[in-house]
Amino acid sequence: MSHPNRYTLPAIALHWLLAAAIVGSFGVGLYMADLPLSPQKLKLYNWHKWAGVTILTLSALRLLWRLTHRPPADPPMPAWQRRAAHATHGLLYALFFAVPLVGWAYSSAAGFPIVWFGVLPLPDFVPVDKALAEAIKPWHEILAWAMALLVLTHLGAALKHHFIDRDGLIGRMWPGRA
Amino acid sequence: MLRRPVTPRLYAATLTVALLATATFTAWAQQRLVPAQSEIAFTSRQMGVPVDGKFRKFDAQVSFDPKKPDAANIAFTIDLASASIGTAETEAELAKPDWFNLKVFPQATFQSGAVKALGGGKFEVVGTLAIKGAKQNVVVPVTVSQAGPNTTATGSFGIKRLDFKIGDGDWKDTSMVANEVQVKFKLALTGIPAL
Repeated sequence: MSHPNRYTLPAIALHWLLAAAIVGSFGVGLYMADLPLSPQKLKLYNWHKWAGVTILTLSALRLLWRLTHRPPADPPMPAWQRRAAHATHGLLYALFFAVPLVGWAYSSAAGFPIVWFGVLPLPDFVPVDKALAEAIKPWHEILAWAMALLVLTHLGAALKHHFIDRDGLIGRMWPGRA
Repeated sequence: MLRRPVTPRLYAATLTVALLATATFTAWAQQRLVPAQSEIAFTSRQMGVPVDGKFRKFDAQVSFDPKKPDAANIAFTIDLASASIGTAETEAELAKPDWFNLKVFPQATFQSGAVKALGGGKFEVVGTLAIKGAKQNVVVPVTVSQAGPNTTATGSFGIKRLDFKIGDGDWKDTSMVANEVQVKFKLALTGIPAL
């Protein structure tokens, strides 16, 4: 019954759920930013914020799970690749928190507190300050692009393991039977 | 030097003049709004998010004796272009015809009608609010407090933005921007007779 070479089911579920949420939020974020002000833009901004806070929450859960559950062993690979893989994972985890938190700070500073799903008002952890908002804004975008590059690195490496190394690494995270 | 004794008659005359002067002064004294110390703010809701705004420029003509509320007359003029709300983008949007339509309707006005004393420094002011060519009756609860020569009047009331066609066209959808807008004010006044 045990799959020592696989991530646990909750880890796999969180990985794919967050992958979809992050890619979706990134796309919506790119699209909405340049729209002229309209009800549609307002709607997308709110959905983006709700998704961001959801990603933040699920990432906290995921980190907790990751710290309390051993991941499967790495397949054989050169040491530099192992180090690069772990560095990429570490940075991705940092950005799972940094990107939504900076977005949240921007929203608060701009005077638009977040009300999660239109129901739960979240606290502001920075003051309402237009200058501060303008200073924070580019960082949300810069960090999101950094995350996008790391995601592409992660994806490229996974595909390389699957199609070139053929070492079955992807099976560790694949839903269903490996 | 010969001092004239103060006769009761002269005394009465002096007193009458003094009283008249006081009464006149009270009635005509500069009852004034101190805009720099006053605030008119409003809160709207966008998809559940409270968004605060305020007007930076407004003025009022006030003639109000707390002891004679029936005779009160309060008239406000609010410069709608002075609204500050969130971002530059939203402020630019407010000027457009769907919102305040500033080119045609640069000002909002309030004109009081009946004023009723409710006791304990509380009053109820019924008046007409005119925004964007639409007029609506509003009932405004006002709490008045005094410290020396300064009077502060505070209160809040709700309006429905669609009654004034504020946020017309695509913006009519109240699930995006709620119909209810809360208006809050703190008015610093001088020259108001004592409560």
